Amino acid sequence: MEVNLKINGTHYKFAAEFDEVLVDSLRKLGFKSVKRGCDLTSCGVCSIIVDDKLVPSCSYLTVRANDKSIVTVEGIQEEAREIASFINAEGAEQCGFCSPGNVMAIYSMKRELSNPTMDDVRHYLAGNMCRCSGFEGQHRAISKYLEVK
Amino acid sequence: MSVNKAIPKVDGTGLVLGKPAFTDDLAPRDSLIVKVVRSPHAHAEIVDIDTCVAEHLPEIKCVLTYKNVVDQNFSRAGQGFPEPSPYDSKILDKTIRYIGDAVAVVAGTSEKIVDFAISKIKIEYKLLEPVLDFETALDNETVIHDKDGTSSMFEIGHKPERNLAASYEMEIGSVKNSLKECDVVYEGRYYTQAQAHAMTEPHSSVAYFDFQDRLTIISSTQTPFHVRRILGRTLKLPLSKIRVIKPRIGGGFGGKQAIHGEFYVALVAMRTKHPAKLIYTRQEVFDSSYTRHQMRVDVKIGAMNDGTLKVLDMDILSNTGAYGEHALTVLMVAGSKTLPLYNKVDAVGFRGDVVYTNVTPAGAYRGYGAVQGNFALESGIDEIAKMLDMDPIEIRKMNMIKEGETSKIFEIMGEGQEGTKMTVESCKLNECLEVCLKKLNWNEKYPSVQVDEHKVRGVGLAIAMQGSGIPYIDMGSSILKLNDDGFFNLLVGATDIGTGSDTILAQICAETLNVSTDKIIVYSSDTDLTPFDTGAYASSTTYVSGHSVRIAAEKMVEEIKRAGRIYFDSENVDFDGENVICGEDVISLSSFSTKLFYSENQEQLATVGSYVGKKSPPPYMVGGAEVEIDKRTGRVEIINFVAVVDCGTTINPNLARIQVEGALLQGIGMTLYEEVNRTELGRNINNSFLKYNVPTRMEVKHMDVSFVDSYEPSGPYGAKSVGEIGIDTPPAVISNAIKNALGIRMETLPIRPEDVWKAIYKK
Repeated sequence: MEVNLKINGTHYKFAAEFDEVLVDSLRKLGFKSVKRGCDLTSCGVCSIIVDDKLVPSCSYLTVRANDKSIVTVEGIQEEAREIASFINAEGAEQCGFCSPGNVMAIYSMKRELSNPTMDDVRHYLAGNMCRCSGFEGQHRAISKYLEVK
Repeated sequence: MSVNKAIPKVDGTGLVLGKPAFTDDLAPRDSLIVKVVRSPHAHAEIVDIDTCVAEHLPEIKCVLTYKNVVDQNFSRAGQGFPEPSPYDSKILDKTIRYIGDAVAVVAGTSEKIVDFAISKIKIEYKLLEPVLDFETALDNETVIHDKDGTSSMFEIGHKPERNLAASYEMEIGSVKNSLKECDVVYEGRYYTQAQAHAMTEPHSSVAYFDFQDRLTIISSTQTPFHVRRILGRTLKLPLSKIRVIKPRIGGGFGGKQAIHGEFYVALVAMRTKHPAKLIYTRQEVFDSSYTRHQMRVDVKIGAMNDGTLKVLDMDILSNTGAYGEHALTVLMVAGSKTLPLYNKVDAVGFRGDVVYTNVTPAGAYRGYGAVQGNFALESGIDEIAKMLDMDPIEIRKMNMIKEGETSKIFEIMGEGQEGTKMTVESCKLNECLEVCLKKLNWNEKYPSVQVDEHKVRGVGLAIAMQGSGIPYIDMGSSILKLNDDGFFNLLVGATDIGTGSDTILAQICAETLNVSTDKIIVYSSDTDLTPFDTGAYASSTTYVSGHSVRIAAEKMVEEIKRAGRIYFDSENVDFDGENVICGEDVISLSSFSTKLFYSENQEQLATVGSYVGKKSPPPYMVGGAEVEIDKRTGRVEIINFVAVVDCGTTINPNLARIQVEGALLQGIGMTLYEEVNRTELGRNINNSFLKYNVPTRMEVKHMDVSFVDSYEPSGPYGAKSVGEIGIDTPPAVISNAIKNALGIRMETLPIRPEDVWKAIYKK
């Protein structure tokens, strides 16, 4: 089926299989920040924004995204760089495989929640796993990022 | 100064910005999709495999089975050569030994067509009786590696006819006689489980032939040089025809030390001359990579009434699953990196058998036996303190190893071979203990505090040690070259798998050259471009590879001075990091290096450093926790986990802290949540992130990690290792805290709420 997607502000038109999921379509188009980690919406490394909503792209059918607007880390490099500076300052990215998904979630959280507590942060980001850092460094980075902003 | 500074990771920003950096990101666009047909049976022989339909599909380019690949035994372990692990694996075998074992490999132009082709492969199996319970594996009538050419490179106690992958035994003094002299003897039996690594990036490998017809492998590996060697030797390819590139790696924890998909993509590329990629599904990562060794640890501790420990004895049964990767070495580390903690005993016994079973193999995993051994030993120390009516802190203070001391175990037990004599030159266990007690508010909280009618809190503590590489085996090397404009390329074999090793090696280099870290451009692990390194394992990178960088940088300082002497035509030349100086005459390194290439006395300055450890100085740690137990549910909640670490100098305090925090949570996961669960037929039932309980950020309440002042004289700028030590204490700490809260000893991991509840109510 032919789909029309607006990805990071640019229009794309291509044929998608009926069972194709967004993580695969986006990676094929070159958006390599979107990682594949679990296929079951349980690790968060494929997190993207579809029409202003944070979703795991591994379970979002490409055809369902027809005529929708998609944002990946490639599309928010400036904001991501700012978030990155806080994560880098703590050394909390470690292997970095979960980082782009994590950045999308932090970016989305900041737009959705006003003055979140650390408990709100934990809940919002609960679906973004990280096996390297033990999360504490990420939380230090996020609390500093939110204070500064 | 660059060392002991919390600079950001050199690769950090690019990773967070999502730049293409990982194996799958770098695969050629036209790569064939490679998939592995996995066994649905725990133990079977392939009677017939019909791949005719699959092979004749036009989009299918290659089908591999045991019939058309080389019949050659090897070890997937990814260790140095000769390996201390049995050669019991084949690329594809007629006999399959666990659910998830590789049966066939199919490569085609799309995932869909490959799945379709796989559905058309007909396989007739002759089912064999599986061995699923590791306690019945030894001398079982089912032999898992029966006349299949399995062998070992040297004596490792490998007896396949007994289902024995490896065994080991040693004794210092006489355990039997010394036990008779003891006033009290504690005997305990502890069980630890198979734990999954659960790194976020699945095992990935890509192969293609470059324009010079050389086989290029991009792989998510911790050991690129071992991959090249094992691939070349097994496929009978000259190593000169193979290049292995390690890109950024999405976590390893030991799980990417071994060979996984590299053989399959290499063979597909060789047969088809097409690029090929194999990205494991998450289910494959769980079912078909490997786990931590499940163990049964019997511990005996003998002591006198005054608290003097006299005897330590450990007897281990370890489950290596279908293949014996790291069988012997993980077993030995369970003793060699725990028993020296109490070095003043009269007698030490250690023995163990590592058995084959028909489950997912076990292999390298952060902690590598030490975490299993520590659980038994440090729980046992609390138990014998109770028997003696002694404070568990006092008994440790009386008996634990101190600076300037040694242990005979260092000399006797290495990894797969004899050890190396060593005097402990840095050991701040005492300081770690004091800080930990203070932070936990131990005196007020020990042993327990009743919170309300249902909830009780307890505190527990344990000490631990690890190593810093394997002496006379682990080798690291570096090449440093000066460029015009005065910056340096640092080429290291050391394999950054997300730990930050590129960054700390740049810091060591910058410190030695007295330049800022941004002058050092690090490139790691490409068998064509970087010098050799054994890889990212055994807590070796900071200590071993770090020294190689220091040596290369020291040589570079001398080289710059030598070139300066020619330039100034004077013997009196110095270099301060910024300028080359001859009395009043000064030239900046930037101008000097540019002249060196373009105008005067042209030459390339480049140096090599290589290093093999002569010892393996242990980092030490004291872990302590306050836990709260709800007696209605058995739920154990960690209120506070305090870790105080002696890793010598922290080359990068931020990265050291994160290493310990990450390891702690992995250890807490092992203690309370994680276990590979299998059905009675051996099928893994929690092979997804939905079902396998990796701790999330909801489980983290408060982790307090700090470092004591310490300097290891033999380390680069005083550093020891820090990557593994953090995982060692949580099992014993939490078990001790539960004991102090409830008076109940939990001896089996994981300690689930239902286990605690059953223990409370004696169900």
